[in-house]
Amino acid sequence: MKERHYSHLTISLIAIGLSFIIASVVMLLTGINPLNFFIAIIRTMTGINLRTMDFNPRLIGEFIQISMPMVLSGLAVGFAFRTGLFNIGAEGQVIMGSLGAIVIGILLDLPGLIHLPLAIIVAGIFGGIWASVPGILKAKFGIHEVVITIMLNYTAMYLSAWALKLLPGSDNQKTINLPASALLRSDFLRSITNNSRLHWGFLIVIAALVIYWFVIEKTVFGYELRSVGFNRHASEFAGMKVSSRIIYSMVISGVFAGLAGAMLSLGTFDYGRVLYSFENYGFNGIAVALLGGNTALGILLAGLLYGALQSSQAMMQAQGIPLEIAVIVSGLIILFVAMQHGIRMFLDHRSAKRREAAHVTRAD
Amino acid sequence: MSLALISSMLILSFNYATPIIVAALGGIYAERSGVTNIGIEGMMVIGAFVAAAFVPLFESQLGGVTPWIAIVLGTIAGGIYSLIHAYISIDLRGDQIISGTALNMLSVGIAVYFTQIIFGMQRTQTFNRGISKVNVPILKDIPILGDLLFMRIYPTFFLSLALVVITWFVLFKTRFGLRLRACGEHPSAVDSVGVSVRKMRYIGVILSGLLAGLAGGIMVLSQSTQFTAFSIHGVGFIALASLIFGRWNPWGVLGAGIFFGFSQIFTVYANDFAFLRSVPNEFFFMMPYVFTILAMLLFSRRSVAPKAVGEPYDVSKR
Repeated sequence: MKERHYSHLTISLIAIGLSFIIASVVMLLTGINPLNFFIAIIRTMTGINLRTMDFNPRLIGEFIQISMPMVLSGLAVGFAFRTGLFNIGAEGQVIMGSLGAIVIGILLDLPGLIHLPLAIIVAGIFGGIWASVPGILKAKFGIHEVVITIMLNYTAMYLSAWALKLLPGSDNQKTINLPASALLRSDFLRSITNNSRLHWGFLIVIAALVIYWFVIEKTVFGYELRSVGFNRHASEFAGMKVSSRIIYSMVISGVFAGLAGAMLSLGTFDYGRVLYSFENYGFNGIAVALLGGNTALGILLAGLLYGALQSSQAMMQAQGIPLEIAVIVSGLIILFVAMQHGIRMFLDHRSAKRREAAHVTRAD
Repeated sequence: MSLALISSMLILSFNYATPIIVAALGGIYAERSGVTNIGIEGMMVIGAFVAAAFVPLFESQLGGVTPWIAIVLGTIAGGIYSLIHAYISIDLRGDQIISGTALNMLSVGIAVYFTQIIFGMQRTQTFNRGISKVNVPILKDIPILGDLLFMRIYPTFFLSLALVVITWFVLFKTRFGLRLRACGEHPSAVDSVGVSVRKMRYIGVILSGLLAGLAGGIMVLSQSTQFTAFSIHGVGFIALASLIFGRWNPWGVLGAGIFFGFSQIFTVYANDFAFLRSVPNEFFFMMPYVFTILAMLLFSRRSVAPKAVGEPYDVSKR
């Protein structure tokens, strides 16, 4: 098809640009200066306040810290996408991963060298197990993963709330603080970023990005996953074990999401939180994966954008900009990504017209 | 167990079931026409926001009719909002799941942004005139049954019952319904007899948005006193669950809606029943979702869902 010749990057940049334009129009119409909004985002990402030229490294630390679970849940959704699976359940898998890390953190008393890695691994396992349910149901019974993962999101939320309250010392809002041996906290990273919550988790994020890239692009296994995503029947005909590839893909996807949960409970916070509403890390992961074209580099960049949108909300509120404008931008971006077929048609139409015009002039 | 207790339990379940049923009926129209709508939750949020913002602003001038006007406006808002989904799904042949997800995220952003602009806070101002309970004339005098079902009940429940009957009639007894259902099963067959698949699907999605908006309005005006980001708290997804659990059929949706409404009230009555006290609230909240997964497992052997649901219709591929 001719539509193919617009790169994913072009489409993503158009989606981002249109979203910011619409958000600016909304702000103008409601009497808010969009300039302050952009200043807040730039300040979040660089630490530099363009109005006063103050520099605060804490903002950069916070921005990176908030982006980390975004990138990981983006990898989760992207990995499943590569196999043609839509993992809307990253939200629930993040919650389960977070729960797994907390359980290990609170119930076990181990030296730091074992405690932290174990908590992280269990977070990944919890996320993977939770994601295996839709994987198995899809592979063995042909049940579409979308509805199952939606239902599992809410199930995870209530299950986790119940389980966290059962842990020793928990009250109705949170668990006790985790011992230092289970935390990703880094006094060094804190000290160089003016006491932000930046933690060692960024090493896990880098490792996850490399593993994602390597598995998808460089291994036979990754090739098979992509092949199943392109054409399930052809892959089956070629002798690939389609069912098992679907299950593996979902489980690995869930592991990435579970690690995002570990970032939250062992890094951002140092206790478990009893929540009865979603924090949208998983849903933002969908946006991150789509925007990033399901590639490791794309997901990293998109994750940073979503991290910046999330991280700048407090600053917006302080300046009298309703912080929901950041949520509106996040939502609009996905909306335009969903419209990519339309964007392509528009670009094709325009270039066809231009060619036509060129043709006419030449004919003259 | 006293009659008064049973009555209040039934009526509260009906109150919880009402928005679930109404939104799920909307889902039937969209899905039967061939368009998946996982954006029901977001459409409900928009409907609830518009309704709940209207009441405190106008209740002092308009009086008793305010909540009803508010619900109508919420319905219209839901319908307008659904046009985005219709345009992306039908005209742009975009991914319907992505579109629905985007609408869900966007809805809370839009709604709370405008509560900030209008009311200067994260929620709407509290209202005094929500939907109030009524006693049904004549029927309330039936012995036992009258006390049980027709006293102090929200009139919106009867509205949802009426919508079930109307939906059943429209879908299964009219030419329009036949065509709509055919669009979800064999769109090319519908196209070949000269009916526009595009038009039918637009109608399906818009009806879905209108009913989701209505459901959101009903929910916020009968269950709370203001709109917040958490007003709808997943009921749109329970509606989606009811749609599946009820097998894309209005009567099934009615049953599933009441059942799931019932599962949500146990937490209120836990102290009245010894055996319930030991069950954590979270398990009741989980029920609709877990049951739906089990139902999907049961249905998986038979094809219950509309065959062409979720697939964009491309004339050139006929």
